[in-house]
Amino acid sequence: MDGTNGTDSESIKTTPLHDSHVALGAKMVPFTGYSMPLQYPTGILKEHFHTRESASLFDVSHMGQISIWGDGAAHALEWLVPGDIIGLAPWSLRYTQFTNAEGGIRDDLMVTNAEGRLLLVVNAACKDADLGLLEIGFRGAVDVAMHNDKALIALQGPAAAAVMARHAPASAALKFMTAGTMKVAGADAIVSRSGYTGEDGFEISVYGEDARHVWEALAAAPEVAPAGLGARDSLRLEAGLCLYGHDIDETTSPVEAGLLWSIGKRRREEGGFPGAERIQAEIADGATRRRVGILPEGRAPVRENTEILSAGDEPIGKVTSGGFGPSAGGPVAMGYVDAAHAKAGNAVGLMLRGKKVPASIVKLPFTAHRYHKD
Amino acid sequence: MSDLKFSNEHEWVDVEDGIATVGISDYAQEQLGDVVYVELPEVGQQIAREGQAAVVESVKAASEIYAPAGGEVVEVNNALEDEPGLVNGDPTGGGWFFKLKLDDEAELAGLMDADAYQEYVEELG
Repeated sequence: MDGTNGTDSESIKTTPLHDSHVALGAKMVPFTGYSMPLQYPTGILKEHFHTRESASLFDVSHMGQISIWGDGAAHALEWLVPGDIIGLAPWSLRYTQFTNAEGGIRDDLMVTNAEGRLLLVVNAACKDADLGLLEIGFRGAVDVAMHNDKALIALQGPAAAAVMARHAPASAALKFMTAGTMKVAGADAIVSRSGYTGEDGFEISVYGEDARHVWEALAAAPEVAPAGLGARDSLRLEAGLCLYGHDIDETTSPVEAGLLWSIGKRRREEGGFPGAERIQAEIADGATRRRVGILPEGRAPVRENTEILSAGDEPIGKVTSGGFGPSAGGPVAMGYVDAAHAKAGNAVGLMLRGKKVPASIVKLPFTAHRYHKD
Repeated sequence: MSDLKFSNEHEWVDVEDGIATVGISDYAQEQLGDVVYVELPEVGQQIAREGQAAVVESVKAASEIYAPAGGEVVEVNNALEDEPGLVNGDPTGGGWFFKLKLDDEAELAGLMDADAYQEYVEELG
């Protein structure tokens, strides 16, 4: 979900796991104002495959962790997001978006009902703006706090459950999109069964002072290797998941983005969130453009902003994320096309360095999700 | 290895009988990360000095490769089509990109030898 690159080296921040990354030989890069590991010495391809085959450990402590509490917190959050928050069961997670008055997306986020509190995980690039939005939107009626003292560690891959069971036996009871409080390697944690790779896995929120201990306990498992932002991006692209600032932004609506599944029946009917007018109209009449999967022919990766042409060479849209999909075994991309061209199987062209590359519209994801649903 | 010449764009050149073999340096492949695709020029294509000759794509990004001297492409490394990882595994050997029949070998006069290139890379940090 992460957005634009931060470049201000004067004020660059570090996560509580910075020293661990450096000790592992990570290539550190500035990202949304933080120094983050792009990759470890094994490289992005191996990190990607290791995640799909075993389990990888990601530091995502740059992301914003916000809690809101007080009477009516769920009602208040529904003023700002189209997701069903009132109906969110205790210790369940919901994916939703902060929408703007025009029905565009200000940020996307995960909400956990932590019985008495709602826990929000938001994008690093948006977190200060999100905090302001909550404080202003709630007008003091609901309490809001950003937890800059917390770290967030993701353990992702088919071996994640076995590794977690050794350090946090209670994690075995969690199903996809549920959470609980528990000890992880002896440290207090909030663990959710969720992630950004398309694989089974966990996201572990711990206090900053415990982060290194928890990271090292999990990293010591023979199944586990660290993975950086590079693999995180190729994994989420294959899984068809949106990257904020690229696949979704202030101009794209949740309906155009193919995120209607995240808006429950009651909210679709009642509205009451920013931009409801446009979003309800698109639900009724369809959006004029749609986010789609794009499979280029050949081997050349097709990058963001590449123009998409119809079979008749008319411009019909642009690529918003594109690159090499290691598990897909070739180039993969996502982008927006006019609704008339959005059907899976449609032939399109991609303008790459002055030449037209044939491609087809495909169903997302490129790599099947393997979540722990039951 | 020691008679390779290097450009400040991190290409290496090996000249034999007026034919220059061109690839990218170990430092360059390290900076790029895992190479997943190389777009090579056409055999017979004429490329000007500092003209775009190839594109190398890593998982992260695309980078352009420029000809260190003008000439005609006489051979390309087709092995990179199936095995682009050769650029990472053997950058100054099996990972070569293309061979140029040089217009004027003197155009290579400004290139660095291996020691000078090593110093140049170290200065980049």
